[in-house]
Amino acid sequence: MAITRTLPGAGEIDVVLSGVSSDSHTWNLSFLQLLLEEQGLTVLNLGPCVGADEVQLAAEEVRPQLVVLSSVNGHGALDAPAYAKALAGSPATSGVPLVIGGKLDVLGSSDPSDYASLIELGFDQVFVGAHAIDDFHRYLDRRFALSEAS
Amino acid sequence: MGEVVVPAFGSFVHDRASSGRLIVQPRLGFSSPARMRAALQRVKAADATTVGTLTLDSYTRVNDDDSAQRALAGGLDLNGFPLVVHGAQITRSVLAGITDEQFPVQVRHGSAQPQRIVRTLLEAGIDATEGGPVSYCLPYSAVRLSRAVEAWSECCSMLAVGPDDARTGHLESFAGCMLGQLCPPSLLVALGILEGLFAREHGVSSMSLSFAQQTNPTQDLEGLLALRALAAEHLPDVDLHFVVYTFMGVFPRTVTGARALTRECVDLAVRGGAQRMIVKTVAESARIPTVQENVDALEYAATCARSAQFDQERSSPEDSEVYDEARTLVEAVLGLAPTVRGAILEAFRRGFLDVPYCLHADNAGRTRSFLEPDGRIRWLDTGGLPLARPARRESSVSSREFLEMLAFCQRLYDPTEDGILAGHA
Repeated sequence: MAITRTLPGAGEIDVVLSGVSSDSHTWNLSFLQLLLEEQGLTVLNLGPCVGADEVQLAAEEVRPQLVVLSSVNGHGALDAPAYAKALAGSPATSGVPLVIGGKLDVLGSSDPSDYASLIELGFDQVFVGAHAIDDFHRYLDRRFALSEAS
Repeated sequence: MGEVVVPAFGSFVHDRASSGRLIVQPRLGFSSPARMRAALQRVKAADATTVGTLTLDSYTRVNDDDSAQRALAGGLDLNGFPLVVHGAQITRSVLAGITDEQFPVQVRHGSAQPQRIVRTLLEAGIDATEGGPVSYCLPYSAVRLSRAVEAWSECCSMLAVGPDDARTGHLESFAGCMLGQLCPPSLLVALGILEGLFAREHGVSSMSLSFAQQTNPTQDLEGLLALRALAAEHLPDVDLHFVVYTFMGVFPRTVTGARALTRECVDLAVRGGAQRMIVKTVAESARIPTVQENVDALEYAATCARSAQFDQERSSPEDSEVYDEARTLVEAVLGLAPTVRGAILEAFRRGFLDVPYCLHADNAGRTRSFLEPDGRIRWLDTGGLPLARPARRESSVSSREFLEMLAFCQRLYDPTEDGILAGHA
């Protein structure tokens, strides 16, 4: 797995995966890339410390089916709105589903309903708490019709 | 009216080592100068042979003065000491009366472009810091390696001049850690030797090389001995000592687990002939430790050192796999260019050096590692490394296996039921 700054062409990538700007953690991103690839999805992993504009540009370039943000430093909920705004601000990316998961605030809230404001801002779903990974699997299943894939 | 003479960092370490005392050191950083000073005083007074640390905050590491200033103005706690924003004079006042011939300090940071950090610490009369063009770039920064190499060239030149006429600057390579987990020791050793050579190429003549405790004590000892053997071959003409880091990965959650891992690390330092050890506290898995937790960790490590069951290992490292691989890597990399600086850049470009699971844009990302049941770290895929391809059972690690590997030390060291959960005061 690697960050590729020379971006693949449109249509080659299913998922753009990224950390958020203030977060330098990478284990969560490595784990998610493995998980996504196990489901047979092609992933562009932008790595840690990536700003909203850079994520938007990558999504515009590669036209993925999904953008996944992951953050574990407790500042994700504060950083997240900028990403929804950046994607929504361009017709090329305003239709791409955007999700986020991890440890998104310093109190460690583990109830997705605590993040209703992010849904209102345009996130398709928020994955936190003990069932986050199972929930994410179910989401991918629905989004990519994985159980029907042979 | 003489000014207190603080000994050169390297000399101080060798002096303590020659009287058989392992130096134990914390990571320690607070925004307020008064709190920083009080913390250093308590470390100095601990029942252990210590050196002090100024750990810098995240904003300072990325040269974000505005955010550091705003936090200070708002009375918010940063996660370290904002050295550059406070400046040399305030830093001197923090250290006045504390640093002396019994107690030097080192600045630990994590910055890929630390010119202002290094300038300020030298102006403040501090001679010792940490890092390297690779080890402070690839793990946590999005700064491109070529920029980090430029920045660290400048910093090494500044360190070569030193803080005053009496001392030259000291640099500890962080390459013994990298991501803190899942890196085969031969690569950590090779990176340490290469960062040492880089520093020397830019005038540094006092340095230390590191090795982070991993998941198998026998393999760790092989790694540390290989590091020392290769350093004797490649860096015979610099003032040099060795530092061991307590496990830098996902840390045990119980007091029992934290102590067991610490004791193992002291054994590694003693057997492997390291002069200095960076401790971790029982709070590590939960939050930034308090000063008391740090003092407890230092004193516990000192107790372990006093009662260490082993003597320094006399066996020859040359017949270990770690030594062979590390040596092959170092020699292959050095052959790529006439300068160490050029060789390092070319090596990463080609994938001759490639840290498993490191997501940095300049890391090729083709290598993979896995853990044996006994914790030994092995290559699953050597990617473009100039090493023999492993005879491997499969070519990939599953996401579940990956999480399990990360949590190895918690599983091994945390007792299942009765361990007191640490750090939840």
